Amino acid sequence: MIKELTCICCPMGCSLSAQIENGEVVSVTGNTCIRGENYAKSEVTAPVRTVTTTVISESGRPIPVKTKEPVAKEKIFEAVEQIKKTKVSLPVKMGDVVISNVADTGIDIVATRSVER
Amino acid sequence: MNKYDLIVIGGGPAGMAAALSAKKAGINDLLIVERDSVLGGILNQCIHNGFGLHTFKEELTGPEYAERYSDMVKQEEIPYELNTMVLSLEQTEDGLKAVTVISPKRGVQTLYAKAVILAMGCRERPRGALNIPGFRPQGVYTAGTAQKLVNLEGAKIGKQVVILGSGDIGLIMARRMTLEGAKVTAVAELMPYSSGLKRNIVQCLDDFGIPLLLSHTVVDIKGREKLEGVYIAKVDEKLRPIEGTEEYYPCDTLLLSCGLIPENELSLGAGIEIDPRTNGAFVDESLETNISGVFACGNVLHVHDLVDFVSEESSRAGASAAEYILSGDRQKGRVIDVNAGNGVRYTVPCRIDLNKTSELTHIRFRVTGVFKNTAIVVKSGDKELLRKRTQILVPSEMVDLLLKKEKLSEIDQSIDVYIEEVQK
Repeated sequence: MIKELTCICCPMGCSLSAQIENGEVVSVTGNTCIRGENYAKSEVTAPVRTVTTTVISESGRPIPVKTKEPVAKEKIFEAVEQIKKTKVSLPVKMGDVVISNVADTGIDIVATRSVER
Repeated sequence: MNKYDLIVIGGGPAGMAAALSAKKAGINDLLIVERDSVLGGILNQCIHNGFGLHTFKEELTGPEYAERYSDMVKQEEIPYELNTMVLSLEQTEDGLKAVTVISPKRGVQTLYAKAVILAMGCRERPRGALNIPGFRPQGVYTAGTAQKLVNLEGAKIGKQVVILGSGDIGLIMARRMTLEGAKVTAVAELMPYSSGLKRNIVQCLDDFGIPLLLSHTVVDIKGREKLEGVYIAKVDEKLRPIEGTEEYYPCDTLLLSCGLIPENELSLGAGIEIDPRTNGAFVDESLETNISGVFACGNVLHVHDLVDFVSEESSRAGASAAEYILSGDRQKGRVIDVNAGNGVRYTVPCRIDLNKTSELTHIRFRVTGVFKNTAIVVKSGDKELLRKRTQILVPSEMVDLLLKKEKLSEIDQSIDVYIEEVQK
């Protein structure tokens, strides 16, 4: 089976064709770099995404955050729900861990902006 | 004390990169003026990732990219003034640039500079420019306004959303609103192709099952006080709505992502010539406008899709401004035009001073439609300067070509950039 994918690793958005046998990707064409091949393999077996959203701070001001590494696609909403229930104390520095092990993914939520107050 | 070597108008990604590069080239007497209360410009509200792959070789979010640059600005001790709006830009008789600003600190004051870099960015095309009939109820926002309200103010703006236009901000907001708990029922795009990046269609629409309706537009807006719904119709190849294809989409929020326009009121007031194709200044290869000592870069020059390209371009503007300040207005050499030919909507620069070219000259452009299996050709008379095969070219992705100095030294007439069909 061949699955057509659009690579999301960078803005080039290469059109990939992944040859799949027994649920495994055996070959990838259409990619410009190695990341495209890796993306196709992960997208077919266990798709992941970096989640970006905001967390509310004690001052009421939203702080932008992201998952430090991409998380499983089906965990996106669970992660966002947990972030919504969290309140962050200030000041916060870019890169500070705001939530560790979000939604049991083993991945931390980090602030993407330094905010004093 | 109100005299500077260089004033950079705008403290977003373009202004910061330009100032850093000018400082590196030896300009110490400079000032960034920014009308917002923080540096970083639009990046502060672009909390999604995808920035910095070229510049930092890693994927950052907008605020992270902005903070890296603002940290560098602070580290280099480049002076900047926030909450400062530039009211006008004029030339004085002795060749200085007069920049009149207003701020709580200064009141209204005129500052003078040997050179000015325009880095004011762009703004969204508003509803008034789209000619959508219907009432003007609450609930209709441009996508960027909604982005600011949600990401910077923490506002909740709606539960059921329709998006008109598939520009990147619209796509990003489709995902953002979904994560915020809203239901995005459709993204309607007038053109037969999306004006956003492919990766955004995959991870912002496909991931959440949001339909992208190509060749569709909003033909009516319902609701007097509060938005109740919109009618979406199919359009024909001349982009006219087809009667009988209207469908009703109930919604409390309509986001408009229908293009960005460089913000050039200051430039126009200063007498800078504006290219009607980009709504940005006509510039030469050093990014100098028709007024010597005034340079333009970033989204005020032409709308970019990647901030990395903005930073790179703005560094060049900063270096050019530094050279202008340090060595004075250079002797103009032979200036040749760069013409946008078949399939090319515009080029930046639109002219090249053959005296001034550096080792590599960038030519950036966008194509007029979708082109598959074609070649990009750069020619001057009979001389072919560059030929590049491409699998696919789309209007949403800016093309960046590099011409070597030795190629340009061989020519003496205008350059044509065009797309050529390739026989398979």
